[in-house]
Amino acid sequence: MKGIFESLRKTRNAVFGQIANLFGAGEIDENTWDELESLLIQGDVGVETTLALIGKLRARIKEEGVYRAADLNRIVYEEILALLPEAPPLNLKWPLAVILIVGVNGSGKTTSIGKLAAHYRREGRKVVLAAADTFRAAAMDQLKVWGERAGVPVIDGPEGGDPSSVAYDAIEYAQSRKADMLIVDTAGRLHTQHNLMAEMEKIQRIIARRVAWAPHETFLVLDANTGQNGLIQAQQFLKAVKVSGIVLAKLDSSARGGMVLSIGHQLNLPVRYVGTGEKIEDMAPFDREAFVKGLLEQ
Amino acid sequence: MFESLSDKLQAVFNKLGKRGILREEDVKAVLREIRLALLEADVNYKVVKDFIDRVREDAVGAELSKALNPAQQVVKIVHQELMITLGEPGRLELRGHAPYILMLVGLQGSGKTTMVGKLARHLRATGHFPLMVAADTYRPAAITQLEVLGRQLNIPVYSDHGKTRPPDICVNALEDARKRGSDVVLLDTAGRLQLDDDMMAELEAIRSRVRPIEVLLVADAMTGQEAVNIAQGFHERVGLTGLILTKVDGDARGGAAISMRAVTGVPIKFLGTGEKLGALEPFHPDRLASRILGMGDMLSLIERAELAFDEAQAEEMERKLRKGEFDLEDFLEQLRQVRRMGPLDELLKMIPGVGKMLQGADLDKVEAEKNLKYVEAMILSMTKEERRNPRILNASRKRRIAAGSGTTVQQINQLLGQHRQMQKMLKQVKEGKLRGLPRLF
Ligand SMILES: Nc1nc2c(ncn2[C@@H]2O[C@H](COP(=O)(O)OP(=O)(O)OP(=O)(O)O)[C@@H](O)[C@H]2O)c(=O)[nH]1
Ligand SMILES: Nc1nc2c(ncn2[C@@H]2O[C@H](COP(=O)(O)OP(=O)(O)OP(=O)(O)O)[C@@H](O)[C@H]2O)c(=O)[nH]1
Ligand SMILES: [Mg+2]
Ligand SMILES: [Mg+2]
Repeated sequence: MKGIFESLRKTRNAVFGQIANLFGAGEIDENTWDELESLLIQGDVGVETTLALIGKLRARIKEEGVYRAADLNRIVYEEILALLPEAPPLNLKWPLAVILIVGVNGSGKTTSIGKLAAHYRREGRKVVLAAADTFRAAAMDQLKVWGERAGVPVIDGPEGGDPSSVAYDAIEYAQSRKADMLIVDTAGRLHTQHNLMAEMEKIQRIIARRVAWAPHETFLVLDANTGQNGLIQAQQFLKAVKVSGIVLAKLDSSARGGMVLSIGHQLNLPVRYVGTGEKIEDMAPFDREAFVKGLLEQ
Repeated sequence: MFESLSDKLQAVFNKLGKRGILREEDVKAVLREIRLALLEADVNYKVVKDFIDRVREDAVGAELSKALNPAQQVVKIVHQELMITLGEPGRLELRGHAPYILMLVGLQGSGKTTMVGKLARHLRATGHFPLMVAADTYRPAAITQLEVLGRQLNIPVYSDHGKTRPPDICVNALEDARKRGSDVVLLDTAGRLQLDDDMMAELEAIRSRVRPIEVLLVADAMTGQEAVNIAQGFHERVGLTGLILTKVDGDARGGAAISMRAVTGVPIKFLGTGEKLGALEPFHPDRLASRILGMGDMLSLIERAELAFDEAQAEEMERKLRKGEFDLEDFLEQLRQVRRMGPLDELLKMIPGVGKMLQGADLDKVEAEKNLKYVEAMILSMTKEERRNPRILNASRKRRIAAGSGTTVQQINQLLGQHRQMQKMLKQVKEGKLRGLPRLF
């Protein structure tokens, strides 16, 4: 896996490593705050989080007697970083670790699974994939291509069949082959679709019944281009299944993915990986500091 | 759930109290609420700025109406201004010589391939002979995906399974269209970032070689602030002729539509409202404006209803309703369909005003759900004959049903009363006395 810097350099042309001097050399005034507000909102951080953040910063500036705009940079950086929860170690040390992948339509689930499979395989794990999206046209074929690329087997089912039984079959297969990791792909679903959310709960239930404490990790894949709906998605998916982390796909786009700040802060959900392209190596572990720097770039 | 803009503005105006005159700072407070509402809806920061300036001008000069309270008046001005920005719905421009070439472009995963299927279906229904072209040679199984859609729709798909580059595929597809006698050609291009110079150059090549009559940007309704740069990026390189917003069946407010319209000036032509190939809708500026302002919940209720209702069943039901033979069995089926739409309290909250009413008084969700369960149990405890013809329910039958369903005779009488009322209403509809009843309720 490439580092986040390296992965992003291609399209974003960014100067990472140092936070750009956001606010010039003058003193902090109303313009400084306006500028910061504009930057955060345009990074999809959202109104509520932005205003709360600015309120907090104003208080801190006053308290600490900071008046130079240049000094504000460091404090802004610290406060934003504090919104992103630090991730505990991944819960994957099981004889058969099961990762469930969920998210809305087209966010990047299947592609991320291909990348994760290659990553964990390189780490020496024996990975199996379950193509439990039996609904979308050619979704199983798509995962099979990724399986081939990553060099791992893919278990599928009949088109339009029950996704839970694909998960079930994949568990049997993984256990019989002594695989130690199973990643389950699911169909894209909007959290407003009651039936489909129930279907997803059922997949989780079947997995839990077959493997102790599984799914051990459940990743919600979010498209970095998503705006304020991202928080609602996270809330609603969290209500239905045990989401334990975020995969932020398409961070190579022009979007900055600022909605993960409110997701991290309000729901205490850590971001685990970022997707940075369409190739199998285009994924990086989430790096909080690099992310905040990217967010604050102009 | 979002508090609607009108609720927030009402709060601002309530603070004015009896004073009743707008001062400079009041106007400021009002504009601030509008601004925040639009930003929450994902309208781009800079677009919001321009928008607020326009609203300020309109609001200052506006005549005060007696029919509306100040909050409603401001909402109306904002709503109208939004509708103007969203513009009139565009139509597909199929003019000049066939074959008409439609090219769909956009970011990865926005819904292009699905939209090609939807448009092909729609065009065939309006008397055309579409050909779908698999010009995405990058994404795994993208060609198979389009072929599956082609099979489902029974509409031909042109592909050469990645033997040539996308611009050549599109040129060759035209030849194929001529042979087949297809008069509309839909190009499914690969998803790409507007930042990706090589990939954008590919679109330019396709465009200059096949000269499409429409270049449609397919964008996800959940898109955030970047909508502006995305739309601008595509517009500058390939010259868009229209916008299509997908995944409108979700609960994103869809402010991206405003942003994209504002920077490109091209019309919004369609909305994608589901994964199924029939889920294509014309765009209504008034509806989308309401939604962006957080007042579109009523519509999303209707959308949910449509999702939960099986089309074939709905037709059967409609037939029955028209004949006035709506028995308890049908009543049960309807109930179940409503239940499929989601938890009751969520549904109620979507009705404008009700959400607010429920805030303090918290609906007894458990109680309501229990009632529905009772109704279900009662009907299930009836014989087929009784469900079809509830009039035969005498006292002893009612006692049996009450015992069987764990309810009381009183509850059964209540249910029968409701059912009778419903039938009476249906009769009125049949006789044309009640017009304009929403289709589903
Ligand atoms: N640029 C870029 N594109 C990505 C990334 N991740 C996924 N994509 C692309 O996004 C599109 C959708 O990805 P999928 O993996 O099919 O998304 P999905 O969530 O499985 O979609 P559904 O199963 O249909 O809900 C594809 O064109 C992918 O190549 C990423 O990190 N960067
Ligand atoms: N709920 C909902 N899902 C949609 C809609 N349109 C498309 N989708 C889903 O969104 C996902 C992506 O759709 P695609 O048509 O594959 O998107 P695409 O733009 O062709 O993707 P790439 O070719 O990878 O760039 C699929 O799961 C579709 O079923 C819509 O209007 N509503
Ligand atoms: Mg998928
Ligand atoms: Mg596609």
